[in-house]
Amino acid sequence: MKILVCVKRVPAPGARINITADGLAVDTAFLGFTTSPHEECALEAAVQLVEAGGGDVTVLTLGPAAAEEQLRYAASVGATSAVLLATDGSDWDPQRTARAITAAVADLEATGGPFDLILFGNESADSGGFQVGIRVAHALGRPIVNGAKGISIVDGTAEIWREADAGREVYRLPLPAVVGVKEGINLPRYPTMKGRLASKKLEIATVPATAEPGTQTMVSLRAPAEQASKTVVLGAGVEAVPAVVDLLESLGVLR
Amino acid sequence: MILVVVEHDRGTIAAAALEALTAGARLASDRDDVVEALTIGASADALADQLATYGAAAVHQAHHDLLSDYGPEAWGEVVAQAAVTLRPTTVIATGTDRGNEVLAHAAARLDQPMVANCIEFTDGDVFHVTRVRWGGSLLEEAAVDASPVLFTVAHHAIEAQPADSPGAAEPRPFEPDLDPSLARSVVAERVERVAGITLSTAPVVVGGGRGVGSAEGFASLQELADLLGGVVGCSRAVTNNGWRNHTDQVGQTGTRIAPDIYFACGISGAIQHWVGAMASKNILAINTDPNANMVTKAGYAVIGDLHEVVPAISAEIRRRRGVN
Ligand SMILES: Cc1cc2nc3c(=O)[nH]c(=O)nc-3n(C[C@H](O)[C@H](O)[C@H](O)COP(=O)(O)OP(=O)(O)OC[C@H]3O[C@@H](n4cnc5c(N)ncnc54)[C@H](O)[C@@H]3O)c2cc1C
Ligand SMILES: Nc1ncnc2c1ncn2[C@@H]1O[C@H](COP(=O)(O)O)[C@@H](O)[C@H]1O
Repeated sequence: MKILVCVKRVPAPGARINITADGLAVDTAFLGFTTSPHEECALEAAVQLVEAGGGDVTVLTLGPAAAEEQLRYAASVGATSAVLLATDGSDWDPQRTARAITAAVADLEATGGPFDLILFGNESADSGGFQVGIRVAHALGRPIVNGAKGISIVDGTAEIWREADAGREVYRLPLPAVVGVKEGINLPRYPTMKGRLASKKLEIATVPATAEPGTQTMVSLRAPAEQASKTVVLGAGVEAVPAVVDLLESLGVLR
Repeated sequence: MILVVVEHDRGTIAAAALEALTAGARLASDRDDVVEALTIGASADALADQLATYGAAAVHQAHHDLLSDYGPEAWGEVVAQAAVTLRPTTVIATGTDRGNEVLAHAAARLDQPMVANCIEFTDGDVFHVTRVRWGGSLLEEAAVDASPVLFTVAHHAIEAQPADSPGAAEPRPFEPDLDPSLARSVVAERVERVAGITLSTAPVVVGGGRGVGSAEGFASLQELADLLGGVVGCSRAVTNNGWRNHTDQVGQTGTRIAPDIYFACGISGAIQHWVGAMASKNILAINTDPNANMVTKAGYAVIGDLHEVVPAISAEIRRRRGVN
């Protein structure tokens, strides 16, 4: 199995998200960065499939040079090749991102052979467009299902299951296929010492990302209005307990 | 004409579909236009009356052998063909897993933008939307230059409201031309959910964070949840530690909850957790740190060690109920 996983570098905010003065970006001055969570699970799924059935995992990101950090992290947990589609770090719209990734996949497959499986996250944590994977799959003429909570390979098909309101849905996609993965499909492993060492030696194929912009344009970012709240402190420690249970009674939850 | 894609599961309409139709009707009245609905598969034909109530002037009913169950590619292809044939100015879908998925497939086929999870939209020289990012922690104003404009309405952003005067909901058959290969991504099998309360519908959620300290530490939270007919929830720190299953995780990449009361025990209240919990009618934070974000944002708080406070709450409930 040759598997490609597309991951995005995103900031990891804590109590709030601050915005830059021009209103066009998240202020990341005091923030660390991480791999968007669904994609972290997509990577783990790819590594597990390869451990079970052989093959290799390539990881690809479109982003600033600093996204090398996420590619090396991916190598520390099992990816063996990495591609950086380098941008100036500005926010790319989903059509543009999908065009660049589609072109990169075509290039990679022309030299290295086809990927049996391409994994995406269900949605990116920061922009949440719910579409880049679907656009890439369509451009490549391959089937895709989003929201996967399980992937197994059975006789040349990718058997996918996902949660829906009515229960589990099972899909059987002929390979080569594309899958959008949701957090919860697995518990991503932590890097081992050996993995960390391997990641230092990883060769990253860096190519400038080029693609026509799409026609959805970000105008500005803002924080949602928050209801001003005043916390009623019911007390400290166990002394607060009678007040807590009084509250439960008054809310009618103590039936 | 504004076309609304009606989300349904084998004929059962999704609540979000009525929100999308309400959005469509509102946009139509702003610009003196009409709103029409698109239902996919014969199982949805019976929805026409309900769609009339919410203002649909016509219901395009797509019929094809490949549409007897959900398939993201087949549904997306139907929406793309409807957009080409019926020439709507705007296509609106639900901001749900399925709605976003189907409209993204349609957008890929039409090579147009698709704006996910909008909460506001205004027509003009350029179409302007406000959409959610970070699962609701951040809002983005965006301009969309497209024909048709394709967007989804964030679930719960708009309240579904019957139209002032019902639409005619005149049924119009729509016969899409679907390639047999699209069968490849139609639902192949289902495992129906066993009935019971789930995290997203529970009236009481007792949530635990890193402060719980271990998988075993959740026993007292489970006990309190059981006493109140609720369920246990948790933060991502907890799932990452393997203390609870991801199905219990509240937040941006977990479940959105809306209980009558959420007990947030040993949870700091990071923004990604907060967006999953903020629809709770009441929040009681139990935390040793009076300055924790969860404490300052919650309606009620107890400052203290959850390992002492939570069992004492259960004991007091039992005492008042007269059992021990
Ligand atoms: C893209 C992205 C998506 C994310 N999605 C989610 C998500 O869906 N859900 C989610 O939860 N997180 C999510 N996170 C993670 C989030 O940022 C936080 O890291 C996480 O919520 C922290 O969990 P916590 O509050 O349990 O732990 P901590 O932040 O470590 O807080 C522990 C709290 O427990 C208190 N405490 C300690 N001991 C006790 C005690 N004995 N009694 C009472 N209180 C005590 C401490 O004062 C502290 O407030 C996401 C992060 C990113 C970057
Ligand atoms: N800049 C990027 N680099 C690599 N993959 C990306 C990028 N943006 C989006 N993706 C992938 O596409 C998925 C869907 O993204 P989105 O459409 O932005 O919600 C993500 O979960 C990633 O797997």
